[in-house]
Amino acid sequence: MTLHRLTIHEAHDLLRRREISSVGLTESVLAKMEECDPEVRAFITATPQIALEQARRADKLIAAGDIGPLTGIPVAIKDNICTKGVLTTCGSRILEDFVPPYEATVVERLRKEGVVQVGKANMDEFAMGSSTEYSAFFPSHNPWDTSRVPGGSSGGSAAAVLANEALFALGSDTGGSVRQPAGLCGVVGMKPTYGRVSRYGLIAFASSLDQIGPITKDVTDCALVMNAIAFHDPLDSTSADEPTPDYTSYLEENLAGVVVGVPIEYFAAGLDQGVEERVRDAIQKLADLGAEVREVSLPHERYVVATYFLTSWAEASANLARYDGLKYGLFAPDARNIREAQSKARGRGFGREVKRRIMLGTYALSSGYYDAYYLKAQKVRTLIKEDLDRAFDAGVDVVVGPTSPIVAFGIGEKVDDPLEMYLADLYTIPANLAGLPCISIPCGFHEGLPVGLQIMGRPFAESMVLRVAYAYEQGTDFHLQRPPISL
Amino acid sequence: MKISRSEVEHIADLARLELSEGEIKQLETDLSQILEYVEQLNELDTTDVLPTAHVVVKGDVLREDESRPSLPSEDILSNAPRTQDGFFRVHAIFRKGGR
Repeated sequence: MTLHRLTIHEAHDLLRRREISSVGLTESVLAKMEECDPEVRAFITATPQIALEQARRADKLIAAGDIGPLTGIPVAIKDNICTKGVLTTCGSRILEDFVPPYEATVVERLRKEGVVQVGKANMDEFAMGSSTEYSAFFPSHNPWDTSRVPGGSSGGSAAAVLANEALFALGSDTGGSVRQPAGLCGVVGMKPTYGRVSRYGLIAFASSLDQIGPITKDVTDCALVMNAIAFHDPLDSTSADEPTPDYTSYLEENLAGVVVGVPIEYFAAGLDQGVEERVRDAIQKLADLGAEVREVSLPHERYVVATYFLTSWAEASANLARYDGLKYGLFAPDARNIREAQSKARGRGFGREVKRRIMLGTYALSSGYYDAYYLKAQKVRTLIKEDLDRAFDAGVDVVVGPTSPIVAFGIGEKVDDPLEMYLADLYTIPANLAGLPCISIPCGFHEGLPVGLQIMGRPFAESMVLRVAYAYEQGTDFHLQRPPISL
Repeated sequence: MKISRSEVEHIADLARLELSEGEIKQLETDLSQILEYVEQLNELDTTDVLPTAHVVVKGDVLREDESRPSLPSEDILSNAPRTQDGFFRVHAIFRKGGR
């Protein structure tokens, strides 16, 4: 049984021709999960019963001729996306017993498409981290080398897809949390334009930056999932009322007429030389495919991490104020008054990293400091966005570079040096600050570990981003390489 | 920016976080270090720069003011640690006899 190795589009063709059943596909994925998850630890909650029930339902739909591109396809969902009746912990003790009474919009849509939910994927607590080491429960492991991190915060989602414990996954991306783990695992991860995918039912971290995005085995699958999850949702006031194209119709094998911008600031100190070589090779490949490659300058690149810190932490401190131990979440039975009930529940329920960010965010928003910190950061955010606008206005279609300056690092290696770990997000952050669509695709290996190529486009130009990603993928075979544990 | 112990305690109070002695000490160091890092933004003159309010969304989003069904209260209360008569049960906020 090797059905778990299929991509969405491969499995769909076989399902449509009735050569396989969704139950057979799901059983293969669940068997893989049972075999390798004790090592990979991609899931906080596995839901095999729900999966098999949904697979049986999908097979009935297919038998009746009612099949969509995702019908009967097993998916992993990051544990900060609400699933009705299924534990949703957000990687946190404060929500370790939380069972949402409603479905996130994206999950509802996927259910209508007939997907099969195999489980809830591990993540850094409240999506705050780059390795899953800040999960309140356990770290996930990179299937390429289980002594290393899979990246984060959607590390469980990326590891699950790489290990074939799901055909695709949903993650969320606030500063790189879909793309960085996709890069470190060697799979495809997309952060859509801000507003392209509904955030209703996504547990909020930083509301002006958060987006849900797909993690898949190849670019075609990414386009198929985007077709399903990109639409206007009246339940999210920031959801964009823009038409959704058929993203698969933009997948072509040449890049004639496409202008690729390469920021000179990206190739600086801190970028691992092996990563740089793979990325430079990838840029040459884009030129070979017909693209015009141009240098561009993003002069405010060196300020992106500080701007992201202040923006995301301030917003997080406000969003996380809702966890008061009264309406849901961890409860402090020994509290003597309401103030203690809140402080004790929060003190016990939040982990070290979440507390650190709440503290910094509260400080940055506190009386007398707002202008110096949060407002200043929003002004610099404008400058960062204008740098990218200038590149696009000059005719650049996509901006490319590394997804991460380093390959997957060892578990425990950076956990005590938060600043060093944060600085590794420098390439992924600008797409969140400017709200742009951005993908990470595999572009080779360094020391046996995957390197990610990042491709960023204009607002709502997911189609162009996917076109460049697809052309590159078709010209290479990095996306076909899989670690032994996944086979 | 050096953050003092009393500032850490004040922020923790604002954020409603009960912290251990070890956490307070660690946060004194971490907050000072990270705030020092973000102060690099002061190198930039932003006097005439408008702050970003929204990256993509254009204008206000309004919907018709029409009633629609919401979740049943028993579903909403299903995750609450303590409930009573269809309400969340919390500690008393007001003292008997007012004030």
